[in-house]
Amino acid sequence: MSQVAEFLYMGGYAFYVWSSFLLSLIVMVAHLIQPWRREKRILRELRNRQIREANRS
Amino acid sequence: MFGKAIDKYASPENAYALSSRLTPWFGWVTLVLLLAGLWGSLVYAPPDYEQGESFRIIYLHVPAAWMSMFIYVVMAAAGAVGLVWKVKLMDAVARGCAPIGAIYTFLTLVTGMLWGKPMWGTWWVWDARLTSELILLFLYLGYLALQAAIDDRRTAARAGAVLALVGVVNIPIIHFSVEWWNTLHQGPTITRMDGPSIHISMLIPLVVMVLAFKTYFITSLMLRVRCEILEQEKNSSWVRELAAAERD
Repeated sequence: MSQVAEFLYMGGYAFYVWSSFLLSLIVMVAHLIQPWRREKRILRELRNRQIREANRS
Repeated sequence: MFGKAIDKYASPENAYALSSRLTPWFGWVTLVLLLAGLWGSLVYAPPDYEQGESFRIIYLHVPAAWMSMFIYVVMAAAGAVGLVWKVKLMDAVARGCAPIGAIYTFLTLVTGMLWGKPMWGTWWVWDARLTSELILLFLYLGYLALQAAIDDRRTAARAGAVLALVGVVNIPIIHFSVEWWNTLHQGPTITRMDGPSIHISMLIPLVVMVLAFKTYFITSLMLRVRCEILEQEKNSSWVRELAAAERD
């Protein structure tokens, strides 16, 4: 077996090991992007509200 | 009185500015630690002589489990300070902690199941360790549901702090569950009186991963606290100026 295949095979525990690492990585990355985008969204909503208020008066 | 002093030095505006400056640094440190930790846990660490390659799940399971409890204590402590001294920044910290704690608890449970299936032959048993960790997840979800259900932020923060403080009793139960009750879950390997019973080549990646999970928590918390501060202070002049300067 090539070294890469052997690494991916994880001694027969490939499913358990790789699911754990992939899932953790996906969840953690997603949960970093989410607040980062939320901050921008909040600021834009507040800005748009200010523009609406300015237009009304 | 005490709260006023804190509010002055830990004003939301200062905290927001400080967090904006620090977040990129913590983000980069987290990335470096995480890459080093992944290499250490998947390549550098030798396979376990009993569990083979499956033991590598420890490098996610243990840091996530420790952090799930640590974050809960931080959340309850921040909630308590917010409750007693009415420090609004601490309300924001407590709210920011909850989702991070919830995902670490979720990952603890899932990686535990993915480890339990090949090693114990079952995904789940209703023993003390697993059940108390599941209760921790419900405490986090209960806290988040409470925050979502109550519109008034002050009331939500107070109710959440009380829930978090009552739930603190669960933390020592999780920690000592493997000693107090008979359980399928193994006892402590690292936090033992006579030192860790794990080889140094397996311990180093674990330490790196624990640090990575900790700096991840700090990075994520700062991002979340910033959002909480903005919503909390949306009518103040500095947030209005900040929003006016925002570009698409």
